[in-house]
Amino acid sequence: MQTKRTVFQSRVLPYFLLAPQLIITLIFFVWPAAQAIRQSFLRQDPFGLKETFVWFANYTRLLDDPDYLNALGATFVFSVGVTVLSMSLSLMFAVCVNRVLRSGRFYTTLLVWPYAVAPAAAGLLWWFMFNPSIGIIPYLLTFVGYEWNHRLHTGDAMVLIIIAAAWKQISYNFLFFVAGLQSVPQSLTEAAAIDGAGPFKRFWTVVFPLLSPTTFFLAVINITYAMFDTFGIVDATTSGGPSQSTNILVYKVYADGFIGLNLGPSAAQSVILMLIVVVLTVVQFRWIERKVQY
Amino acid sequence: MVENRPFITFLTHLILIIGVLTVVFPVYLAFIASTHGPTDFMSGIVPLTPGDHMAANYGYLLNSGESTAGAPPFLMMLVNSLIMAILIAVGKISISIISAFAIVYFRFPLRVLAFWVIFMTLMLPVEVRILPTYKVVADLGMLNSYSGLVIPVIASATATFLFRQFFLTVPEEMMEAARVDGAGPLKFFRDILLPLSRTNIAALFIIMFIYGWNQYLWPMLITTEPHYYTVVMGIKRLASVLDGDTQWNLVMAGVILAGLPPVLVIIFMQRLFVKGLVETEK
Repeated sequence: MQTKRTVFQSRVLPYFLLAPQLIITLIFFVWPAAQAIRQSFLRQDPFGLKETFVWFANYTRLLDDPDYLNALGATFVFSVGVTVLSMSLSLMFAVCVNRVLRSGRFYTTLLVWPYAVAPAAAGLLWWFMFNPSIGIIPYLLTFVGYEWNHRLHTGDAMVLIIIAAAWKQISYNFLFFVAGLQSVPQSLTEAAAIDGAGPFKRFWTVVFPLLSPTTFFLAVINITYAMFDTFGIVDATTSGGPSQSTNILVYKVYADGFIGLNLGPSAAQSVILMLIVVVLTVVQFRWIERKVQY
Repeated sequence: MVENRPFITFLTHLILIIGVLTVVFPVYLAFIASTHGPTDFMSGIVPLTPGDHMAANYGYLLNSGESTAGAPPFLMMLVNSLIMAILIAVGKISISIISAFAIVYFRFPLRVLAFWVIFMTLMLPVEVRILPTYKVVADLGMLNSYSGLVIPVIASATATFLFRQFFLTVPEEMMEAARVDGAGPLKFFRDILLPLSRTNIAALFIIMFIYGWNQYLWPMLITTEPHYYTVVMGIKRLASVLDGDTQWNLVMAGVILAGLPPVLVIIFMQRLFVKGLVETEK
């Protein structure tokens, strides 16, 4: 791993400099994670007096549990929904802003600030918009004959949290797409224009393929965001309901562990989530290594 | 732009305007709702023009809160959030910059191991190890304290990587010249590296401040005394009173109060914010 050609000579100083970061990491990150792994192989008796080693019993029980499979499915629908909705809208806005250089900065300011809104607050904003009795969207939907109720209809609840999560993530994707678009060489689009390609053809055959590294990177980031950073949205709005339809994995691990106090299965859920993060992180960093190739 | 097509330019602006309106509308509606009295929503649909209860609603929330919902005065929660966000941002930046300095400017046994331990924090977000982390914090007696709110979340792989990346671009000659002039590592760090890192620190501060301000699950778990509540968890408490009785005017005023500080930070420091956001992902 890289250092400077010449380095400072000191036996103890680097350890002192690293100590705060490492101590916090070990106490609050690595140790709890190790505890979760250990716990996931144990089963406690109902009084918490005795622990027995049960191998993979917690995992097999989890994977047989229809509620957990349902949570996996909900997480999948949710992540894909958030990623697709938010990325396609942001790409459209980024392409537009890239065309209108002069007023681009003005539009950018108006588009990026939702990044700062807390997930729980974003959830409440849309919860209010969609409120079945006083919200504006259900009111409008009655004109097309749809009766919105996210407290009863499972699909409505899912759509609600997807929209709230995607709304918050638009700003992030937008900024990265703008950066990506600006690095597409102007000469290529000009050459395509001379060959007679119209704006839409130019975009799909020249610009979009060149954006694919950005698109792939953002897809990974968005899936990570949807899976792990949306706890606040679910907790502030649907709390996993109705009938478990929006009980995504991060919410379920919290609900089972903290409210249900199911130590073993909850720890097994934690470990599965960790594996998912590890895979996503590795994919993300592999991408960074290959980023320069077009 | 390659060629001039007025229709496409018109379409571009149209899409952007619709986009901006969609993004802004929920907040506009929230603001409108927050200016109405408690009975204005009974008639059905939410009004689209401001009411006359703005001062009353915000004043009530800021000074007395909503005791039936277990939400203390917002002024206190805003101060708590501010303290927490600043401490988290400062903490993350300080411990990361010194560890990056150690990793780049020294060669010592276990250096690579240290780097990987820091890297691991990326793979262990709070959400996936809630219960055991809570237990550690409880055992250390850090529940209901600012140290409990801040210290467990200030380890930061992204900040360390950012500074490492930046230090690697600092010319070798800087350090050689400093050494010839007789500067030790700490003097070099204080007088040369820190001033050079100023923009990076500022950009990172904005990202980490927003991250800290928007903490939700962690404060919710470890604070049971209203004295330590933060504003983001406060609005949830406000909203979770019996659904039928939700006082939407107050809830939306709370959402606006909780969202305003970080949004203002982004709007007024947009350049630094964009830099921070794009660089931390490299």
